Amino acid sequence: MALYAQPPTSYSDPTTAPIEHRFNPYSDNGGSILAIAGKDFSVIAGDTRQSEGYNIQTRYARKVWQLTDKVVLATNGFSADGNNFVKRVKQRLEWYEHAHHKPMGLKSIARMIQTLLYGKRFFPYYVYNILGGIEEDGSGAVYSFDPVGSYEREACRAAGAAQSLIQPFLDNQVYFKNQQPEPGAAPFVAGNLPLSTILSLVVDSFTSATERHIEVGDGMEIYVVMNKGRTTDDLIGPGILSEGMHVEELGALGEGGGERTFLVTSPLKRD
Amino acid sequence: MSHHPAMWKQPSAHSSFNDYATFPLAQTQRHSAISHGATQHTQQPLVTGTSVLGIKFDKGVMIAADNLASYGSLARFRDIQRLHPLGKHTLLGVAGDMSDYQWLKKELDALLRQEEALSLTDSHPSLSPSNIYDLLANLFYGRRSKMNPVWNAVLVGGWDKNKKESFLAFIDLLGTTYTAPTLATGFGAHLAQPLLREAFEAKAGVDGKGPLLTQEEGEKLIDDCMKVLFYRDARSINKYQVAIITEEGITISDSKSAPTEWSFAEGLRGYGAQTQ
Repeated sequence: MALYAQPPTSYSDPTTAPIEHRFNPYSDNGGSILAIAGKDFSVIAGDTRQSEGYNIQTRYARKVWQLTDKVVLATNGFSADGNNFVKRVKQRLEWYEHAHHKPMGLKSIARMIQTLLYGKRFFPYYVYNILGGIEEDGSGAVYSFDPVGSYEREACRAAGAAQSLIQPFLDNQVYFKNQQPEPGAAPFVAGNLPLSTILSLVVDSFTSATERHIEVGDGMEIYVVMNKGRTTDDLIGPGILSEGMHVEELGALGEGGGERTFLVTSPLKRD
Repeated sequence: MSHHPAMWKQPSAHSSFNDYATFPLAQTQRHSAISHGATQHTQQPLVTGTSVLGIKFDKGVMIAADNLASYGSLARFRDIQRLHPLGKHTLLGVAGDMSDYQWLKKELDALLRQEEALSLTDSHPSLSPSNIYDLLANLFYGRRSKMNPVWNAVLVGGWDKNKKESFLAFIDLLGTTYTAPTLATGFGAHLAQPLLREAFEAKAGVDGKGPLLTQEEGEKLIDDCMKVLFYRDARSINKYQVAIITEEGITISDSKSAPTEWSFAEGLRGYGAQTQ
C-alpha cells in the first residue's frame, strides 16, 4: 500500500530536476502488539519500547489502552498518530456515553474506528490497530484494522515491527495451520484455547521477538478482559505467572457490568 | 552547480537528508513550486541550535543547552540562550530552528501573561508542567498535520506542585512525544543519552526505583556530557547553561565552559606542526 507519495522515478533532464526536500510528516516508532481471543475472554498485549531508527526514545511508552470495561485497544506504528487517534476514540466514547447513558459496545467501537480511520483516507493515521474485548453475546473477540480502516473479526492477530515473526507462530498455535490431528481424533477448532495456554503464547511471542527484533523489548503489558461470572482462578493465584511477572486488576471505568480487566506486566530484555 | 561559498566542499548538498542544514543557502535556487502558486511553509531549518539534555535528580530536573545558534556550518550567534522559563515551575529547552523558537517564546509568554492576569483575580489554578506540555504537544502535532511543522525538538522540564514530583518530557516537529528519566535531543541522543542512562541506572537501578542522583552528581554528569558533545558535535560550542527546576523554582546558571584537553592533538597529522 502506498502510504507515501512517491516522487517521479525519472526526469528527462536530471540536471534540471529540482532538489526535493519535502517534509515527511510520518515516522515509525517500532514496537509490536498482538491480541488473541478466547471463548469468554480476550488477551491484548504490547511491548513498551518506543524507538526511532537505531535510537531507543524511551523504555516505557504505552500502546495498549483500556477504552471501556470490556474493550481494550492496541495501537502500533507512528506513535504521534497513535496517541492522537486514541485521544479521538476516547472522546467519541465519552460523547456516546453522554448521549446514550451506556458505554459503546465492542462491535460498535470497531465500526467507529473504521470510520475514524477512513475519514483520513488521504492523509492516513499511520497506525495499525488491534481491538480486543468481550462481545455482546459474552464471547471473547479480536478485531484488526489496517491504517485506512479495513477491518475484520479474527481469533488472533499480531501487528507492528515483529508481525512477520509473531503471526506465523500464532497461525500455527491458534489456527493450527500446518498441523494434522491424530487419525480418528476430533478436528481442531480455532479460537478456543484456555487462558493459561494463550498467556504462554503471548509471553513466548514477545520474548522471541525481543531476541530477534531490535525494535522490540524493555517491557510487556498484557491486558486480560474476562466476561462476567468467569473464574479468575486461571490467572490469579500462586504458581500461575512466572517469575518477575505481576498482575493487578483494573477497577471498573463505568458502573461496571461485571466484566473484569486485568493487567499483567513483565520485563523484557533491554538490549 | 551553485557557486555560493556555502556550497564549497559540501558534497552532502546532493543528498536529500541533511539534518544539520550545512547548506542553508544552497537550496534557494529552487522556486518551481512557488511559480505554481502553492503556499510555502518552513521546509527546512536555517539558524539552528543543537542538543538539549535533561535528567531527573532527587529534588527536581536539570536541563542543559549550549549558547550557539548555527547558520549551517557557520557558528553564527554565540550568545543565544536556548533555555526559557515558562512560569515559576516549568522550563523549555529548545533545539532546532531558532526563529520557530522565538515564535514559540512569544506565543507562550503571551499565554502565560493571560494566565497570570486570571490568577490575580480568581482562584484560577496555574498551568502545571504537564498542562504546558500537552499544549505544546497538541501545537506541534497540529502544525505537522498542516504540513507546516514547528521545526524544533524540545524538552519540557518542571516541578508539579500538586503531585509533588518532577516532570521531564520530549516533543519534536512530528508531534512525537515521550517521557523518560533522562532525555536528549539530536546529537545528544547518540552521544550523551548512553552516558546519562548509565549514570542514572547505576544509582536508581534499571527500574528507576532506587535513589536518584543528587544535584551535585547531576551537575557533574551534565558537565561531562556537554564536554563530550563539544568534543564530537561540530555544531556545538563550549559555552552552555544549566537550568535547575525544583520545588523552590527555576535557576538558570550563567554561561560556563567545560575544561578541555587538546595537547594530544599536536601529534595528529593535519592538526599540529607537521614535519611530514
